[in-house]
Amino acid sequence: MSTLIHAIAFKEIRQLQRDRLTFAMIVVLPLMQMLLFGYAINFDVRNLRAGVLDEANTSTSRALIADLQASGVARIETYSGSSAELSQQLQAGHIALALHIPRDFERRRLEADRPVAQIIVDGSQPGLENIARGLASMPLPGRSGAYRAVPRNFEIRTEYNLEKRTATQIVPALIGLILSMTMTMFTAVAIVRERERGNLELLITTPVRAFDLMLGKLLPYVVIGLVQTTLVLLLGRWLFQVPVRGELSSLYLAALVFIGATLALGLLISTLARNQTQAFQMSLFLLVPSILLSGFVFPFDGMPRAAQWIAQLLPLTHFVALIRGIVLRGAALSDLQLPLYKLLGLLVVVLLVVTLRFRKRLD
Amino acid sequence: MSAEVAIAAHGLTRRFGKHVAVDHVDLAIPPAQIYGFLGPNGSGKSTTIRMLCGLLHPTSGTVRVLGHEVPAQAEQLRRKVGYMTQRFSLWEDLSVLENLEFMGQIFGLSRAQRAARVGQVLERYRLAAMREQRAGTLSGGQKQRLALAAAVLHEPQLLLLDEPTSAVDPQSRRDFWESLFDLVGAGTTILVSTHYMDEAERCHGIAILDSGRLVAEGSPRILMDSIAALVLEVEAPDPRAARQVLQRQPFVKSVAQLGTRLHVLIDPQLAAAHSRVQALLGEQHIAARVTEVRASLEDVFVAATGFGGVERANRHEQAVGTS
Repeated sequence: MSTLIHAIAFKEIRQLQRDRLTFAMIVVLPLMQMLLFGYAINFDVRNLRAGVLDEANTSTSRALIADLQASGVARIETYSGSSAELSQQLQAGHIALALHIPRDFERRRLEADRPVAQIIVDGSQPGLENIARGLASMPLPGRSGAYRAVPRNFEIRTEYNLEKRTATQIVPALIGLILSMTMTMFTAVAIVRERERGNLELLITTPVRAFDLMLGKLLPYVVIGLVQTTLVLLLGRWLFQVPVRGELSSLYLAALVFIGATLALGLLISTLARNQTQAFQMSLFLLVPSILLSGFVFPFDGMPRAAQWIAQLLPLTHFVALIRGIVLRGAALSDLQLPLYKLLGLLVVVLLVVTLRFRKRLD
Repeated sequence: MSAEVAIAAHGLTRRFGKHVAVDHVDLAIPPAQIYGFLGPNGSGKSTTIRMLCGLLHPTSGTVRVLGHEVPAQAEQLRRKVGYMTQRFSLWEDLSVLENLEFMGQIFGLSRAQRAARVGQVLERYRLAAMREQRAGTLSGGQKQRLALAAAVLHEPQLLLLDEPTSAVDPQSRRDFWESLFDLVGAGTTILVSTHYMDEAERCHGIAILDSGRLVAEGSPRILMDSIAALVLEVEAPDPRAARQVLQRQPFVKSVAQLGTRLHVLIDPQLAAAHSRVQALLGEQHIAARVTEVRASLEDVFVAATGFGGVERANRHEQAVGTS
């Protein structure tokens, strides 16, 4: 490594150490995201606030209510006297789910071809309908004298995440999210700050080449990115028992390519933004679609075609595919060539644009 | 490299959109001198300096600095030029020593050279006591000394200083100029932009810029001698009344008040100006003492930027110099 690059990288690290806020962010941000996403995001819904209107009030209807409570999915909060009251509770948001047992419950139970009761869900909240569907297939107490098992057409087996824990799906992809945030935002802001303070004007008049300058500035962030990757993996293991099934070498190689792509985006933003605030906003502008479209939270396959095309342009999409494959499915990079090449392609394209835009001049 | 000129520019022009920041400026700056750019804010001083060191590309015109074509050969020039920006642009979160070490590395000084030069400039610019202090905590004068130390660390042949004394006290300014003369004595060419008259007066040669055009050039003394205006000083108990009378006259180009005195620039075409002004004030019953005085550099500046009354001192006179 040239002494120039070394000098610049060393200076950058020294400044990072003295900027306590940034330094704390590098460590605290992964930790915070980890706890936030790991504990808060949970697709395995429990304890939904529920309301009950029991117009039948028989021993079986009470048994049905007890079963609903016992399933753990719903926690019964209110008992209503009328269907209007139940609707009002739902509209006010006091409950997310309502169970309405009609007066002719016992007759319906015997007739066997009509639904015995109604479950009403708050459709304004995402994901609740699936829960209701799950509840609808709950066995009914006492039909044909005993709890009757509903015959199933398919047997479902969930591979790679046997316990169906959301944290297992979220944590590996979280590496991508954290790297997107820190790499892009911190580099863009760091470079723009240097321009704002006039440091860059001074550096341009020195014999430093643009290439050395950029490489020297970016190298410390590559190291930071790898440290963050390790940190998230270790925390994921300790806090959420997320396993690493694939090769560590594949994992770090994928992380390295992704770090390169996010740093290149940071560079690109730094050539576009006029001040630190703009750099910050642009990074954020990039981050929101990354979170929503990359498959980090919502399944990629369920998105409309247009959204999938946009997602192809986001490095996070390909990294999420790579990291989930490596960490959870134990895949090797050779199994994941497509996302790997797409990620490399994005890296090359962004670097080309940056090289064209970054000139060792002020105008 | 020719021995006569360190910097040569012909028809140097820079436009920012429709605005012409620098308009056909010609320069021939001799080596081992202090050459000053004098002009109001927005007159094109900084833009010209930035073009001379290749930071900005000229819209048209040619520049040769120390024998190198700029901007084409700007990179070869880097090691020979030191640049001090208008604002303090070293790193405020690094210490004095770290800043100097870093700049030494950037300019490719070897470890031994660095150790020697950093030690020298720390002593010369009285920074040794605060070597461990963060640059951000230094006073204005100390920051300026550090910026100069960093700019001369690699012993450049040419030093470009963009309004270097705008943020420091008079004592620091005086010290700073002493350091500049030391550097010139050692053979460095210095180009400095300023809007202080007393600083401009210390330069071997100056160029007065106004709205991007070079309106006067020469040594300060030649410029003062060749001013295309007569300078009268009017001392009156009520200078404001005298001022009102004088400002109405078509032959009066400018009136500036200095305490109880008025500094009046008169059209040189006017015959017997002295007695006419005296008579004019007498008619209005204003008691005043009128004396003819030598033009100051400020008069030259006002004449040059206000009504274009200075003829260019020609290059020969300037090359002879008055130092």
